[in-house]
Amino acid sequence: MDLQAPARQLPLTRTCPFDPPEEYRQLQAEEPISPLAFPDGVTGWLVTRYADVRALLADPRFSSRRRAGLNPVRRVPPELEDSLEAQPGMFIGMDPPDHTRYRRLLTGQFTVRRMNALTPRVAEIVADRLDEMAAAGPPVDLVRSFALPVPSLVICELLGVPYADRARFQQWSAAMLSLATGWKEMMAARDELRAYMLGLVRGKRELPADDLLSGLLCRPDDDALTDEELVNIGVLLLIAGHETTANMLALGTLTLLRHPGQLALLHADPALFDGAVEELLRYLSIVQFGIPRIATEDVELGGTPIRAGDRLIASVMAADRDPAQFTAADTLDVTRAYSPHLGFGHGVHQCLGQQLARVEMRTGLRALLERFPTLRLAVPLDRVRMRDDMFIYGVHELPVTWDS
Amino acid sequence: MRVVVDHDRCQGAGLCALTAPEVFDQSEDDGTVLVLDPAPAAELHDAVRRAAGLCPNAVITVAD
Repeated sequence: MDLQAPARQLPLTRTCPFDPPEEYRQLQAEEPISPLAFPDGVTGWLVTRYADVRALLADPRFSSRRRAGLNPVRRVPPELEDSLEAQPGMFIGMDPPDHTRYRRLLTGQFTVRRMNALTPRVAEIVADRLDEMAAAGPPVDLVRSFALPVPSLVICELLGVPYADRARFQQWSAAMLSLATGWKEMMAARDELRAYMLGLVRGKRELPADDLLSGLLCRPDDDALTDEELVNIGVLLLIAGHETTANMLALGTLTLLRHPGQLALLHADPALFDGAVEELLRYLSIVQFGIPRIATEDVELGGTPIRAGDRLIASVMAADRDPAQFTAADTLDVTRAYSPHLGFGHGVHQCLGQQLARVEMRTGLRALLERFPTLRLAVPLDRVRMRDDMFIYGVHELPVTWDS
Repeated sequence: MRVVVDHDRCQGAGLCALTAPEVFDQSEDDGTVLVLDPAPAAELHDAVRRAAGLCPNAVITVAD
C-alpha cells in the first residue's frame, strides 16, 4: 500500500461521553480515508465520512467474511485465528450467497408488521419493569432494573430461550463483547454459550414450541438447518437482541436527561418519540469500533485507491456526525425531520432486528419518561462508568432517582 | 410517479414499509418488499423518495 501519512491506531479516547473521540473530527475533515494501524501490525484504512461509509457498506466488493485480523482494537493470538472464522449459521461474518440464505430464513420474522404487532407485549414487559422500579423506590440502577431486562425478556420470548437462565447467558455474552476479557476466558464464554444453546435446540427438536428457534427446526429436508447452524443463529440473535438495545435504552435515557430542553419537547409532544429514537440512534451510533470489511479486488473509494486484500474499518459513529450530511451534526435534535443514519449499518448486513429495536426503544423510552417525569441522575455524570471497554458503547450502570 | 423494485436484491430491512406504509409492505414469508401502490398519489411522493433513499440495498427506483 502507498501511504501518504503514517498509520495511526483507532481513536479510542473520548473527551465528552456523548461524542466520538475528538480525533475523528480532524480525520473526517482532512484525511477521511486514512491509514489505520491494526493491532497485528498490518495497515488498513479508517473511513470516516458519511458518503464513503455508506458507499463502502453497500459495495459487494468489500467482504464481510470474518477473519481474525479484522479486529481493530485487539490482537488475536495466532493459535486462535482459525477458531474465530465464521461458523456455519454465523451470517454476520459471511457474504452472499451464504449470507442471503440465512438472512432470508429470518427476515420474515422481523418485518415492520410483525414487530408492530408485538408492541402490546413489549408494552406489558416494559410496564412490569416500571412497576418493579416504582415498588423498589429510588435510587435504582436503570441498567439492571430496566434497560437490560426489557430487551432480554423480549428476545428470550421471541427465540424461545428461558429468561430464568439470564444470569448465565448475559454473563457469557458480556464476556464475549468486552475488551477486558482474556482470550481464554472469551473462548470459554463462547463455548459455554454454544453448549447452552445446543441444549435448547435439542430440546426443541424433541418438543417444538411456538418460538423462532422451533420454527427454524421445521424446514423441508433439502433445506434443513444443522444443529451447529441453529446454535450459531441462536447465539447471534440472543447476543444482538439484548446487548445493543439495552445500551441504547440506558445511554439514550442518560442522553435525554443531559439535554433537558430536548426532554421537555418530548414531554410536551409524545408524537416526537419516533423521531427522537432515530435521532438517538444517529447521535450515539453505539457500534463504537466501527464495521470491518476487506477489499476483494482493487477499488477506488472516495478517490482513494484501495487494493485487493486491504482491511477497512467503516466508522458509522463518525459518519453519523458528518456535517456534510447532517445539519448541526453534533447537536441532538429530536425534531430532526429526516435522519438517514447508519446506526443500524447499511447494505446487505444492515441490522436484521432493527424494527424490533425501534419498537423496544419507542415503547420503552416513552413509558419510562412518562411514568417517572422527575427521573434524574443519582450521581454526578463523571461518576457514571462509560462502556469505553466494550464493542457496544453505553453505560455499565446508570444510577437514577425520582420524586416518589 | 412510478415505483419499481429490484426484488432479487431486497434483503427485507423494512425501511420502506416503515417510511411509506401506504406504498410498501413486506412478504410474510421472507420479509422482502411488496409494492402495494406502484403509482402513488402526489401526497405520498416525499415519503416514497425517502424510502428509496433509505433502502440499504438501493432496490427502489422512482420515475416521475
